[in-house]
Amino acid sequence: MPAFTATVTVRLKQGVLDPEAETTRQALERLGFDVEALRTADRFELDLAAADPATAEEQATEMTERLLANPTLHEYEVTVDRR
Amino acid sequence: MTVAVIRFGGSNCDRDAVRALRTLGIDAELAWHADGLPADVTGVVLPGGFSYGDYLRAGAIAARTPILEEVRRAAAGGLPVLGVCNGAQIGCEASLAPGAFTTNDRSRFRCEHTFLRVETTDTPWTRAYEAGEIIELPIAHAEGRFVIEPGRLETLERDDRVLFRYCDADGRTIAAANPNGSTDNVAGIVGKTGAAVMMPHPERATLPDTGGTDGRGILRAFVN
Repeated sequence: MPAFTATVTVRLKQGVLDPEAETTRQALERLGFDVEALRTADRFELDLAAADPATAEEQATEMTERLLANPTLHEYEVTVDRR
Repeated sequence: MTVAVIRFGGSNCDRDAVRALRTLGIDAELAWHADGLPADVTGVVLPGGFSYGDYLRAGAIAARTPILEEVRRAAAGGLPVLGVCNGAQIGCEASLAPGAFTTNDRSRFRCEHTFLRVETTDTPWTRAYEAGEIIELPIAHAEGRFVIEPGRLETLERDDRVLFRYCDADGRTIAAANPNGSTDNVAGIVGKTGAAVMMPHPERATLPDTGGTDGRGILRAFVN
């Protein structure tokens, strides 16, 4: 079967406080940088085999829904590339 | 006939929970998660700690272990289930209760005593208290900020499923008494099946020598 890398980006939904990002932003300001806002995200790269890109995306989406993201906190996007 | 305190790799309040329950005359034993629930189980405690090193999100990995499937089924059948601290994070991640407990608003680990206002006495977990009673329980967490999707908090309130709110010594649920930025000062709730999740530690408030006994009433839910 063809080999793919599915890349899943999980980030906090708009409106969910991100204290780690704010702490990081403040540290950047202490270093003399001017940063208006800073957002963080988790990125997962999944190497998998699937019949076609659509199936690979479907598999990665199910993994994200069941584990990688928490629907209360997160939104996510999935992209698929041939490996 | 025993309450199972489920131990994961990284649990660290498991022995305290067993001891606290036994102090109240409730039979309790440790259960390693991979061994499944004991056949004669009368209740379940998901204890505090750092299961799976808090990898991915606090509680996320433990929530997907097979024993949680058993716990969900048992809770749906009426078995009392209590998740404390990391156990509360696991409980929300496993959909035993709605919402999530995530990073404290000021990114700090908070380890201190808190005052809680009892918001309902209509659950096994709180029937030992008076409505509006103020109790004192310790907290120790970095990810205890209760977050819930817009609209769902109103459903919880309408269904009388908020157990406790952080308050000051006079019972006022003010921002200054909120140790972690939880939505509406919520410290503990019950899920649809009656499973309770809470960040404060009732098992650490059962012996007079270790800072009070206000947690006993919660654990009495396990008395048959």
